[in-house]
Amino acid sequence: MRVVVTDADFDLKTEVEALEEGADTGAVVTFTGRVRDVAGGLRHMEIEHYPGMTERALTTIAEQAADRWPLSGVTVIHRHGALEPGARIMMVATASRHRDAAFAAAEFLMDYLKSRAPFWKKEVTSDGADWVASKESDEAALSRWSD
Amino acid sequence: MKIQVLYFAWLRERIGLGREDVDTEAATIAELVEELRAREDRYAAAFSDMTTVRAALDQELVALDTPLGQAREVAFFPPMTGG
Repeated sequence: MRVVVTDADFDLKTEVEALEEGADTGAVVTFTGRVRDVAGGLRHMEIEHYPGMTERALTTIAEQAADRWPLSGVTVIHRHGALEPGARIMMVATASRHRDAAFAAAEFLMDYLKSRAPFWKKEVTSDGADWVASKESDEAALSRWSD
Repeated sequence: MKIQVLYFAWLRERIGLGREDVDTEAATIAELVEELRAREDRYAAAFSDMTTVRAALDQELVALDTPLGQAREVAFFPPMTGG
């Protein structure tokens, strides 16, 4: 299990290759989130986090995924600081014998990360700066894992 | 009791600081919010709509009516927007 909170960029190839180790791993699923330009006016995205709690929350979420699915590896990387349009914000990757578990666990990680990991995004445009509001749909997405 | 209080995102901006030591008699997080609100307008403004405020006690997300107990750190922040 690899959980990283950093202001630095990461290398997708290195991360995926690390999960591909082991003859028993049949599937690796990765998701990468990038900074999207809002209507062509985004200067940068400011990502704030809660040092200490962020690492704990991400580790808990990764452990829950590993408890629910037979995973041979889990990687969660989330950046903070000022990120320009097109920059990678975060990634999750899961490895398993079969693709079903790898896909499901990656979706679970993303759903929990959206509204249970202490990050806050602020969009800085030429018109000013605004905190990104949470979406009710993000909270609702958690309910599908509550069985 | 002395407790460290942290603020993040727009709560930090409205209150004008990221952390402070607070001497409190509050039994719960909600009571602590009431004490802070009574201090100054900037706190009252930050805590004007508690449906948009989340809290963590010693770095665990908790409900606002949670007892402070022996906690050392309380954090207030808007709903999280990771990913």
